[in-house]
Amino acid sequence: MTHDEAAAPGDGALLRLDRVSKRYRRDALALDGVSLRVAAGETVGLVGESGSGKSTLARLALGLLAPDSGTVRFDGHDPHRLRGTAGRRVRARLQFVPQQPRGSLNPALRAGEAVAFALRLHGTPRRERPDRVADLFRKVGLDPGLARRRPRELSGGQVQRVAVARALATRPDLIVCDEPTSALDTTVQAQVLDLLAGLQERLGVAYLFISHDLAVVRRLAHRVVVLRHGRIVEEGDAASLWEVPRHPYTRALLAADDGAPARRRAPEPPTPTRPGDPEPVGEPSAP
Amino acid sequence: MSRRPPLSAYAAAALLLLAVAGPLLTPDDPDAGNLRERLLAPGSAGHPLGTDTQGRDVLSRLLVAAGPSLLGGLLPVVVATLAGGLLGIAAGLGGRTTENVLLRALDVLYAFPGVLLAITVATVLRPGLLATVVSLSVVLTPAVTRVAFTEVRRIRTAAFLEAARVSGAGAASVAVRQVAPVVAPVLLVYASSLVGLAVVYAAGLSFLGLGVPPPAAEWGAMLDELRPSLLTRPEVAVLPAVTILVVSVVFNCLGEALRRRAGGGHEVGRPPAVEAAR
Repeated sequence: MTHDEAAAPGDGALLRLDRVSKRYRRDALALDGVSLRVAAGETVGLVGESGSGKSTLARLALGLLAPDSGTVRFDGHDPHRLRGTAGRRVRARLQFVPQQPRGSLNPALRAGEAVAFALRLHGTPRRERPDRVADLFRKVGLDPGLARRRPRELSGGQVQRVAVARALATRPDLIVCDEPTSALDTTVQAQVLDLLAGLQERLGVAYLFISHDLAVVRRLAHRVVVLRHGRIVEEGDAASLWEVPRHPYTRALLAADDGAPARRRAPEPPTPTRPGDPEPVGEPSAP
Repeated sequence: MSRRPPLSAYAAAALLLLAVAGPLLTPDDPDAGNLRERLLAPGSAGHPLGTDTQGRDVLSRLLVAAGPSLLGGLLPVVVATLAGGLLGIAAGLGGRTTENVLLRALDVLYAFPGVLLAITVATVLRPGLLATVVSLSVVLTPAVTRVAFTEVRRIRTAAFLEAARVSGAGAASVAVRQVAPVVAPVLLVYASSLVGLAVVYAAGLSFLGLGVPPPAAEWGAMLDELRPSLLTRPEVAVLPAVTILVVSVVFNCLGEALRRRAGGGHEVGRPPAVEAAR
């Protein structure tokens, strides 16, 4: 039920979830006694199929939901109870890059305004905001001129880069990425993943990286946690997980992902419960 | 999709200009009667649109009435748009209890026929522009709230709002800086389509003597004053009605044109009619 190996190390962990459970009205448990650590500067990949509880876990980590039982701590604080000025200072260090390009930016605001909104919340004076926005746009590889565009005038990849810029605006220590590239083409996906990896090298930011796509997680993660039906079925450092997957579910996921050549991905990959599933999940490039 | 303003926009602008400048354009004193020149036909010397039962110049009175008549239609729409926008956003973001209380309370208002509700509220107040504005605002606000709420419900679980909350944005900040910009253009389109209806309602209240009191000119009140002459001088008696009709059609066309152009990014559906099934 619980995973003691998860609770073992992790002093100095940035994010700690301890035996967290969450149930949505009358449904089955979305999360069942999940424990998880993310250390500073580390990327933890969270893998599982649709409905495995990945997004619930992301929302708990971000404090958008409160757990039914168990504790969530970001640097010692409960993210669900961060309020007021002091809370906002802690909040700034915990950021979010959401999934679909369609919903991740406000359609009514210009791209630069979305980033400036985050800056404003964290006390950047109005005069300095345009320069900071331009800085952040360059940091994520966007022409600062795009700040004047609205989301519908940007490509999916550009929208997600703006979402990354918005997350970086408050100099976070941890960014929760919920399927940040799943709606993008393979090549654009690879570019955004490279961007995230590069930012980690330069800024030392940690990621909790959520995906149903092992190929994506494999590119980025130091450690991988496999979630199924709200429980952690396997976890370990990325290399050994790939060498010797223990849980049959992980083996099934890996089999579905077995060194397939790069190809355009279907919007949602087949549920990899049968080993030898004929439909391989595309992989942008070799790890 | 053309970027040129629709024809109805020019017409509406002209009407507003006329409402402001009306009193300066009158060929005759709108309140000066002449008992020897009662109910002259249109085209009579000095009275291009004829005279009313007291011998007052109808063109002058129609021009002077444009201000209060349009104000009686526009102001309630402005008030209802602001109030409905606020209530709709509050209902959409305020949680289950707030949502239920607000929406059910507005359903009660919805239950009354619009005209009856307007008359009831206006009767309680002293006849005048204020009574028109208050009563029509009460009639229009539930519909605007519905439109605003529907729009908020569409986006309230959107990732960009979660990202804003994660950034530490409070409820007020989310409402004003994230939600209001999404709702505002939709409400603007809807509001423009309400003006035509509100002008008709405002004239109706004046017709019943609940709006702007005599001797001030107002299109609905003029219609009432000329009613006894409908058989003897129909070509004059129908003029206030024609004016009301034209204004209403212009604003309806404007609303329709704006609705067709709105979006680009997202669909602006046909909002519920105030008079749905009434």
